[in-house]
Amino acid sequence: MSDWPLWEVFVRAKGGLSHRHVGSVHAPDREMALNHARDTYTRRLEGVSLWVVKSSDIVASDPDQSGPTFEPAADKVYRHPTFYEIPDEVKHI
Amino acid sequence: MPSLPTISEKDEARAAASDAGAPEGSFDAPTASAHDEATIAYVTSLGDDALILGQRLSEWCGHAPALEVDLSLANMGLDLIGQATNWLGLAARHDERYANADALAFHRDVLDFRNCLLVEQPNGDFAQTMARQLLFSTWQHLLLERLAGASDEAIAGIAAKSVKEVAYHRELSHDWVVRLGDGTEESKRRMAAGLDWCWRFIPELFEVTEELEALVQRGIAVDPRSFEEEYRAALAATLEEATLDAPAEQRPILGGRRGHHSEHLGHLLAVMQYLPRTYPEAKW
Repeated sequence: MSDWPLWEVFVRAKGGLSHRHVGSVHAPDREMALNHARDTYTRRLEGVSLWVVKSSDIVASDPDQSGPTFEPAADKVYRHPTFYEIPDEVKHI
Repeated sequence: MPSLPTISEKDEARAAASDAGAPEGSFDAPTASAHDEATIAYVTSLGDDALILGQRLSEWCGHAPALEVDLSLANMGLDLIGQATNWLGLAARHDERYANADALAFHRDVLDFRNCLLVEQPNGDFAQTMARQLLFSTWQHLLLERLAGASDEAIAGIAAKSVKEVAYHRELSHDWVVRLGDGTEESKRRMAAGLDWCWRFIPELFEVTEELEALVQRGIAVDPRSFEEEYRAALAATLEEATLDAPAEQRPILGGRRGHHSEHLGHLLAVMQYLPRTYPEAKW
């Protein structure tokens, strides 16, 4: 059991919403990963759809590189679309 | 002057029933009352199967081979205890001797239990637990699918509600039997031994007594022989996928439905019933 790979679990809470990461499970293969995800994360009616992804298949950004990766965006407020006048008639923006 | 005792719900229901139909004590038409003694016994046996297996599975809590498996087994146990609550609740509503499902679960002795022998068998290792689960859940699933169309509305309702839970139990135990059978040398050996242990309890699942036969005639119960072939074929398919040979046929052991249980049930009941019997009013 200690050699079971780790799987990341994503749950869609209801139709129309996107899948959200909720945690991870250990399982020997993809079908069992789905069973384990169901038993671990949807036992209180949390979802209508499940995804599992092998954790090792996720490509993650390097925390040591967070300076070059993220900081350049910090002083570029003009990238936020907040400099427009929105007419009153336009709803749902 | 002492006040009159309050009218119990049961008496009220009985009064309403006798107002509506024939007066109490008159002869019933052959199919007038669906909830006669034989029906209650049938419903009780369905409830006892679920209760005893649910209790058995709960013994794994905190001891399963992995955290995820611990949750799977606990979920399955809780599903079954929920089903038992429904079946035994229905039985108690039509049985004067028991106030509710709890009374049936905690205040009967071993000879009064009507579960099949398979569900009371000890957990053994994880492979044996999965063997027992596959053999029982496959049978229960095929039964409930058919029982959902039974003539009695209350019985059909509980069956329809339970059948989705049991479909998952069946799938999960199938998945595990395949993986353990087609796994390592050790897991294969253990899986074969687990199936071998449980195999002799299969014939009891398809035993049809005179009482059951009569209920089948009335459309209340399902004749298990009607799906025995499908059951055997499903097990054969699982075993093939698991690269396991079917265990040799053994002398079948029967009697659970008549209250002739193995020594294991008494020990299980002692643990399960201890608290409510020692502290009858205990609440938590």
